[in-house]
Amino acid sequence: MLEAILPAVACVAGIGLLCAVVLVVAAKLMSVRENALEKKLRECLPGVNCGACGYTGCDGYAKALADKTEKKTNLCIPGADAVSEQISEILGVTFQNTVEQVAAVHCCGDCEHAVQKADYSGVQTCSGAKMLYGGQQACTYGCLGKGDCAAICPYDAIYMDKGIAHIYTPKCVGCGLCVKTCPNQIITLIPDVKREVIACSNKEKGAVVRKKCTNGCIACHKCEKECPTGAITVEENLARIDYDKCIDCGKCAQVCPVGCILSEDRYGRHRFAEPQR
Amino acid sequence: MIRDLIVIIFTAMLVNNYVLVKFLGICPFLGVSKKLHSAVGMGLAVTFVMLLATAATWPIHTYLLTKFHLEYLQTIVFILIIAALVQLVEIILKRYLPALHRSLGIYLPLITTNCAVLGVAKNNITEGYELFIEAMANALGCGLGFLLAMVLFAGVRMRIETAKPPKCFEGMPITLISASIVALAFYGFAGVIDNMFM
Repeated sequence: MLEAILPAVACVAGIGLLCAVVLVVAAKLMSVRENALEKKLRECLPGVNCGACGYTGCDGYAKALADKTEKKTNLCIPGADAVSEQISEILGVTFQNTVEQVAAVHCCGDCEHAVQKADYSGVQTCSGAKMLYGGQQACTYGCLGKGDCAAICPYDAIYMDKGIAHIYTPKCVGCGLCVKTCPNQIITLIPDVKREVIACSNKEKGAVVRKKCTNGCIACHKCEKECPTGAITVEENLARIDYDKCIDCGKCAQVCPVGCILSEDRYGRHRFAEPQR
Repeated sequence: MIRDLIVIIFTAMLVNNYVLVKFLGICPFLGVSKKLHSAVGMGLAVTFVMLLATAATWPIHTYLLTKFHLEYLQTIVFILIIAALVQLVEIILKRYLPALHRSLGIYLPLITTNCAVLGVAKNNITEGYELFIEAMANALGCGLGFLLAMVLFAGVRMRIETAKPPKCFEGMPITLISASIVALAFYGFAGVIDNMFM
């Protein structure tokens, strides 16, 4: 009986022991010395790998900070002030304030106001729709409505309503993934304290716009004249806001005859996570 | 001799394809085949581990277990050796090829418990390969077959992504259906190899 069990036990135990010894030796000999500072910095970062900081991802930014090739601690937009503060503390430098941003959609031509020129039934993505004569809407500048931005948003902050994208700002951290995804480039990042947004991207003349979308900017210059600080300029038949000059008075939104300047609260997720700094 | 080895490789790769004919290693086949790049990475990793596992398990079985009449310990010993080997490979990769280690990521530890790898180790014994080189050829063929299945299916899945199946078939159901059709195609290889090299 024992003669049958003993060799089996010895065999398995021996092989197991051998494997264990080899692994221990290998782990000792070939251990990788991880940069402790880099690891600590990496843990502060949110890990979305959005690339808003300009590096290939959170790992890249942490490495650059640890190697001292990057001095700015406020580059992480999704992490905002909280992360900037932590990084500053670890590196022992002074705190740098982050400009919190949220995404804004520059189109309000929903299916009630924009004219459809075709019924598109191909691949159900914006980039697909864009390839076929610029999408199913008559206006080729506006939202394509297939939700590429909503699909890529890691925070579920974008929803589609009546054929156009909307940002639910309390969830938005301003990582800018949607900005890069939109084939018509109608999404931009704006400071989240500002309320006014020009919700149109069409650069055609007023009369042409009018035929394609009743919500489009007709370049009437009313907002430009009304603006007390000269923050709005109309270039290429489209109004633009210079957010450095904008004082958030909301007068432009009141005078706009087509209602394509939207004025509403856009506080991003940071405001809700940590109230007024 | 060479002809025998080629027959073994092609048989393992096409006729007895581990994924599509024997239905081993289905989890990585469905899990990692979404993108061609990761499918190739996984396929190569599995091929490598299969070769390594055979190189370790076949001698141990032939020269240790058979000698002491302990064949019934196959499974447990093989699992032990394969797990330790994969861990060792991971440590080595992490040290010398960090880029490859990062791109393989979670796949390598997952291979530890992959049934296809254990299947190769056990089949080498049950199919009675008497020479070490034959067992290695079988492992290579199995690995290449796995790689082939992964690459083919990654292509199929990329087409499914843009297709619009009925709502109730979206996602996993349509993937499983297409996997079964690809598997059906592989049954066409049965009997081909023997006649090809005669």
